[in-house]
Amino acid sequence: MAKENKEVLLQVQGLKQHFPIKGSRNVIRAVDGVSFDLYKGETLGLVGESGCGKSTTVRAIDQLYRPTAGNVLFEGVDLATLKQKPLIAARKNMQMVFQDPYGSLNPRMTVSQILSEPLQIYSQRKIINMTKEEISRRVDELMEIVGLSRFFKNRYPHEFSGGQKQRIGIGRALALNPKLLLLDEPVSALDVSIQAQVLNLLDDLQKEFDLTYLFIAHDLAVVEHISDRVAVMYLGIIAELSPANDLYVEPLHPYTQALLSAVPIPDPKIERTRERIVLEGDVPSPDTERHGCYFYDRCPKRMEKCKGSIPELKAVKGDHQVACFLYE
Amino acid sequence: MENKTILEVKDLKTYFRTDAGIVKAVDGVSFRLDKGETLGLVGESGSGKSVTNMSIMKLIPMPPGKIVGGEVLLDGVDILKLNEKEMSRIRGNRISMIFQDPMTALNPYLRISTQLIETIRLHQGLDKAEARKKAIEMLKLVGIPAAERRIDAYPHQFSGGMRQRVMIAIALSCNPEILIADEPTTALDVTIQAQILDLIKDLSEKLETAVIMITHDLGVVAGMCDNVCVMYAGRIVERAPVDDLFESPKHPYTNGLIQSIPRLDEKGSGRLFSIDGQPPNVIDLPECCPFHPRCEKAMDVCTRKYPPVVSLEGKREVACWLYEENK
Repeated sequence: MAKENKEVLLQVQGLKQHFPIKGSRNVIRAVDGVSFDLYKGETLGLVGESGCGKSTTVRAIDQLYRPTAGNVLFEGVDLATLKQKPLIAARKNMQMVFQDPYGSLNPRMTVSQILSEPLQIYSQRKIINMTKEEISRRVDELMEIVGLSRFFKNRYPHEFSGGQKQRIGIGRALALNPKLLLLDEPVSALDVSIQAQVLNLLDDLQKEFDLTYLFIAHDLAVVEHISDRVAVMYLGIIAELSPANDLYVEPLHPYTQALLSAVPIPDPKIERTRERIVLEGDVPSPDTERHGCYFYDRCPKRMEKCKGSIPELKAVKGDHQVACFLYE
Repeated sequence: MENKTILEVKDLKTYFRTDAGIVKAVDGVSFRLDKGETLGLVGESGSGKSVTNMSIMKLIPMPPGKIVGGEVLLDGVDILKLNEKEMSRIRGNRISMIFQDPMTALNPYLRISTQLIETIRLHQGLDKAEARKKAIEMLKLVGIPAAERRIDAYPHQFSGGMRQRVMIAIALSCNPEILIADEPTTALDVTIQAQILDLIKDLSEKLETAVIMITHDLGVVAGMCDNVCVMYAGRIVERAPVDDLFESPKHPYTNGLIQSIPRLDEKGSGRLFSIDGQPPNVIDLPECCPFHPRCEKAMDVCTRKYPPVVSLEGKREVACWLYEENK
């Protein structure tokens, strides 16, 4: 990635996504104030444990949920306030790939129908202009791009393996030539040997089509491999955001430190000598408003100050941002 | 530590009859488990890891499944020949199992206390009060805070990690000789995974339980196991002490598997090594090495015959033609 001429593609400002709880005045604060910039051509990894709001963040960016608060500026246009029609037009440049390749493909449609559906919808709405023949040619092209033989295009999803299904999902996301791909755990359902194939494919596609990725995963090693920068989420906020290399060499936030130390490394000699930071307890429920640091209950380095006020995400070393009072 | 073999699996074969043909889910698996050992069983989905262990417990649904051959010797007794009543005295008592998903493994309608006490009373013949005391003791052992109070909660009142702790408490409540852990941390987050793995490790040492650890995560294997069996298409392709396996994998599949995982402690450098192609369909597999279509080192003989198991130095075994002298 060219670091010099950073052009911002997506700007997320103070994004909040709350969900009501039936019969209660409390709300689930799935995303509780997330801000970051996404530069053109980069891959930003979003990591965190289940329930930390990774997926909700991405869905709120794509406006699959309408955010409770905050702005999502895509090429300067705030998607959060757009009406349905211009929103659909804007989504052409922003496509999603989902975790479960089984669940995200319609079992009653052939691959050819799956890949052409976005093209047909956007043609009908006159956002793009493609004839039937052009669409059919594009389908063949897409099959080739994601590494599937075009002779398989009349088959149904169940005839493909998990890795191949994920390739179809990626093909569908690429159909409209988007600028940004929102990848929600695209490789977690796959076996290791297949996971490597799909990660390599994503790498190739990014170079070939000048794509920008927002990549969610709970597997930290995968995220380190594919990302230029990584944001660590905890309980609906970003705890730390930094260039991938810095984060793994020198994690600053106590949560990131614990998270990284918990990842098993496939080398028995290293495993035996590693020190683990074991966190006490579980992630608390996100249904209460917090007035102190979100990590306070479980932090091994908590101070008096952390109880009463919320640390902001601030750059401490170059691009390395962290939300923690230890670095004030 | 004395090296006494407590479980020996010999040429185990479990097939399933389906409309498409016979699925040879496990096709000639042999391994030994010593007292106090932690044995890893790794492989990708469909490689037969779980079916192997379900066969050991005789929990294969029959039909469509059938254990068509082999022996499972527990202290020298072939448990495949036992009847259901004798088997139920072994299950949960001498061999216990924990499963991947702690929510579906626990009965959502019953209190934790009911489920724990049931197991203890059934196998140990304690009365209700004694069993309850023992149950609380077990919950404390696995690190459940306020066990006296929490014992009467329902499974949904626990988090995923806590539920897995309860499962471990149930599994270990009768001091089994063998604990089979089938992907015990796959459904959990990394920080919780670390807690649970530590717990299994500590308790197996304390209670001298041998553990069979089924997993697809080589990182978990590296941290937990003494010895490792790598499975592919229903067979064990390589068996080695854990250090040797990671240092010098012999089978091309093992090598590919280790190479293809991105590692946290190493800088990501461009492309990942990847094994081309797909895992084979285990229906009507021809008599050849099932890995040969994906193997870089495939030879002519690999397409014709299944490789024999070759013993190598240092208690290693590999099923690959590369190591066989007379092809």
